[in-house]
Amino acid sequence: MDLPILTILIAVPLIAGALCLFVGASAARWIALIATLIDLAIGIALWAAYDPGGAQWQFVELQRLGGGITPAWALGIDGIALMLIMLSVFLMPICILASWQAIEKRVPEYMAAFLLMEALMLGVFCAQDLMLFYIFFEGGLIPMFLIIGIWGGAERIKASYKFFLYTLLGSVLMLIAMLYMMLEANTTSIPVLMAHDFPFDAQKWLWLAFFASFAVKMPMWPVHTWLPDAHVQAPTAGSVILAGVLLKMGGYGFIRFSLPMFPEASTFFIPLVFILSGIAVVYTSLVALAQRDMKKLIAYSSVAHMAFVTFGLFAFNRQGLEGAMLVMLAHGLVSGALFLCVGVIYDRLHTREISRYGGLSDNMPGYALLFMIFTMASVGLPGTANFVGEFLALVGLYKVSSWAAIVATTGIILGAVYMLYLYWRICFGKLVHADAAAMKDLSVREYWLLAPIAAAVFWMGVYPESFLRPMRADIGRLLERVERAAPAGDAHLTAGKPQAAPAAHQEAAH
Amino acid sequence: MNFAAILPELILTGSGLVLMMVAAFGGRRVTGFTTWAAVVALVGACFALLGEAQLAGPLFGGLIAADGFGAFGKLICFLSAAVAIIAAHGWFERDFEHGAEYPVLILFSSVGMAVMVSATSLMTLYVGLELTSLSSYVLASYRRTDDRSAEAGLKYFVLGALASGILLYGISLLYGFTGTTGFSGIAAAFARDATPSIGLLFGLVFTLAGLAFKISAVPFHMWTPDVYEGAPTPVTAFFASAPKVAAVLLATRVCLDAMAPAIDAWRQIVTFAALASILLGAVAAYGQANIKRLLAYSSINNVGFAVIGLAAGGVQGASSVLFYMAIYVVMTVGAFLCVLRMRDSAGQPIETLDSLSGLSQTRPALAWAIAIFMFSLAGIPPFFGFWPKLLVFNAAVAEGLYPLAVAGILGTVIGAYYYLKIVKIMFFDAPTAPYGKLRAPVETSLIFLTALTVSPVGYLLIGPLGTMTDRAAGSLF
Repeated sequence: MDLPILTILIAVPLIAGALCLFVGASAARWIALIATLIDLAIGIALWAAYDPGGAQWQFVELQRLGGGITPAWALGIDGIALMLIMLSVFLMPICILASWQAIEKRVPEYMAAFLLMEALMLGVFCAQDLMLFYIFFEGGLIPMFLIIGIWGGAERIKASYKFFLYTLLGSVLMLIAMLYMMLEANTTSIPVLMAHDFPFDAQKWLWLAFFASFAVKMPMWPVHTWLPDAHVQAPTAGSVILAGVLLKMGGYGFIRFSLPMFPEASTFFIPLVFILSGIAVVYTSLVALAQRDMKKLIAYSSVAHMAFVTFGLFAFNRQGLEGAMLVMLAHGLVSGALFLCVGVIYDRLHTREISRYGGLSDNMPGYALLFMIFTMASVGLPGTANFVGEFLALVGLYKVSSWAAIVATTGIILGAVYMLYLYWRICFGKLVHADAAAMKDLSVREYWLLAPIAAAVFWMGVYPESFLRPMRADIGRLLERVERAAPAGDAHLTAGKPQAAPAAHQEAAH
Repeated sequence: MNFAAILPELILTGSGLVLMMVAAFGGRRVTGFTTWAAVVALVGACFALLGEAQLAGPLFGGLIAADGFGAFGKLICFLSAAVAIIAAHGWFERDFEHGAEYPVLILFSSVGMAVMVSATSLMTLYVGLELTSLSSYVLASYRRTDDRSAEAGLKYFVLGALASGILLYGISLLYGFTGTTGFSGIAAAFARDATPSIGLLFGLVFTLAGLAFKISAVPFHMWTPDVYEGAPTPVTAFFASAPKVAAVLLATRVCLDAMAPAIDAWRQIVTFAALASILLGAVAAYGQANIKRLLAYSSINNVGFAVIGLAAGGVQGASSVLFYMAIYVVMTVGAFLCVLRMRDSAGQPIETLDSLSGLSQTRPALAWAIAIFMFSLAGIPPFFGFWPKLLVFNAAVAEGLYPLAVAGILGTVIGAYYYLKIVKIMFFDAPTAPYGKLRAPVETSLIFLTALTVSPVGYLLIGPLGTMTDRAAGSLF
């Protein structure tokens, strides 16, 4: 591939973002929308050109800056990264459109921050150099810090600090681990490191250092507390990006670093991961049930859903890994859409208090329908994206640990409880509040925000093969790599005693 | 006598003496001339560094060494001194103060720094240090009519004298127990026994304590916030850059050359100083309301990181220290150039953090520049300030000093808080009275240049600058 398409993918939003700073509000909106749509088009082209049966790393670019630990401009994607890139470029134009009217002050800076965010996110998924990855990974904190801090709600400053320092604290330990790895393996190339065998003792420490970073980003219980604050205070589009893409960096980190680079340590720490994920599923679901603030409820539901990802990832089998990836994609779409749904009514009534609404299906039928679709998807209704992912993750998990699977499955029930309860309080019942009753149904722009996501959710639910196909070979390679450390598991097929079978066979032959 | 090797020092001494006469007889009228002449002399001295000045090796019977390490240090010191002169241009004159001698003092200070970074004997070490310090004492109290400035000068002088006393005591012990002032002789004495004698160890401790004062490492940092706050802002910019680099490089040479065999002894001290500086610099900056005071703690914090590279030792450690100081100077000078822009509509300087409130809406370019410097000083990627921090941690990890690296990097998170606070004030808070407009194209382009260097564009420098620091560090061994 001669055209440096991944560089272009990253450069388009970067250049557009810089451009935004020098123009007025309306021009900035259009520049941002066009740039994100260009990136979406490039993303689709990448997906079309990606060869699922081809090399592991495609669209590879390499530009060295110096020797040693110097970051090289090394880009390249596999199927896993491709899918997450698709998620990012798909959500970005929606985010820009969602902020079209909701953001009134300092629009150029807002658009610039979002475009910078997009460039850095895409960089994380494209990077093939450890240092480059870290730079993109950490750099993403700055635009999000500004987005929450400038355009956020009343408690925005506390939330922005908490977000920044919490995630920074998690990541710096990872940096020390990276330095060790680069010295030990004498390379900064992620593909090479993925095949490098570290001694078990070192693996444990390295795994913990990476875990500190990814667990915060994911977020896993008990380091999830920054997430509800950040979500509640961030503007709608900020929440969408946070839930849709930023959280996925944690899962991506596990699948790209922790599992292939430290397979033995990953097995060693399975109990830790499963216990934390189990607590997350049950505890945060219950916390979500008790919320009065819509955004907080969805934020806690994110923590519970991401626990399915960690469950699936550390199942060490194909179903678990594919399920985890699909949950990540599905959650990116659905929680993003749910935050948009909250944003739609927040823009009208300027409150996120659940009790201030009720009976919206009377005056906002279109909204109620779309909100229903995403609620059901979040619950994991068959036919929607989440069902496929959660089902696969649970199947994979069951092979490894029946107990963990039982705990995880309660999460689906609890998820149904809090989501349906939320939907009931908002859309059903009588229209008791006059101001809520006066709200208009979705505008054309808002339909354009939600309908594409709904289509994608159904697509992924009905024909997940489109999304699994690019990832299949890569998950296979990952499985080959971690096979040697795979846990025994407690569910095995036992061969039956086929005694009656030959007789039956003879009967049938007559 | 190889005078070509000390050409930079000769240029600076000569021009310093001539300009002093010019300033003495010309008075205030010649301020512009002395300023630009001093800048030309400093830039000329930089060019004189090419060739003999970095190749000649030991000179004058081992008093100084004209090597790559020294040349690299001189380059940074001279350039930041030149920027400190430019930054002060027009600063003193407006308030009826005599600005003509300011560049002269900086020139003499630069000569002292040049001697410091190339000293290979305890005598030259002390002479260089004192030449720099004495000029600095005068510079700190340059604004005679201002109480704070006078106080800063006095404090600096008294505490500096104390530190010099400690240093001299350490030097006398080292001389007494080794019988030589040359670094190589001291190193041989340290290498003689498996465990150095108690007298040598005392000498080592006192010498390092004296040097710690000069680099304002905890626990010898107390003077820094007061002096930085009280001194006129261009002088503070100077203090935070050139002399600091010279002192850190001097400490590096002393540790890695004279005391190389006693690495286990000084590594403990340096490790403590590093971690204590990082922690105290980060925590104490928390409550500051004055930007210069805050930057003083920031410099304490940053020296802590640089010293981690020293604790690692070896070529890689020394190289990381050089890299760190080079980028640190760019960030600090840039930040102070921005602070110099903080003036009210009447042109009076403002130093409160509150006055930055909402700057991103009144002066977006300035706000972005300060934000870049702050994120960079905090070491947040993708800004270039991240890279030198990474290098010192890399050196520590390569030496197996994992606890030090982990503790240090956790310190960056604590430190990030107050850098973020400045960004928060500028970007999140409501605007206050805007700063007065100022026409200063040279300073503006310098701010732009420094901001560009520490922006992600700076990563392109890794190759060339890394080669330079590696070569410079290699010349130590």
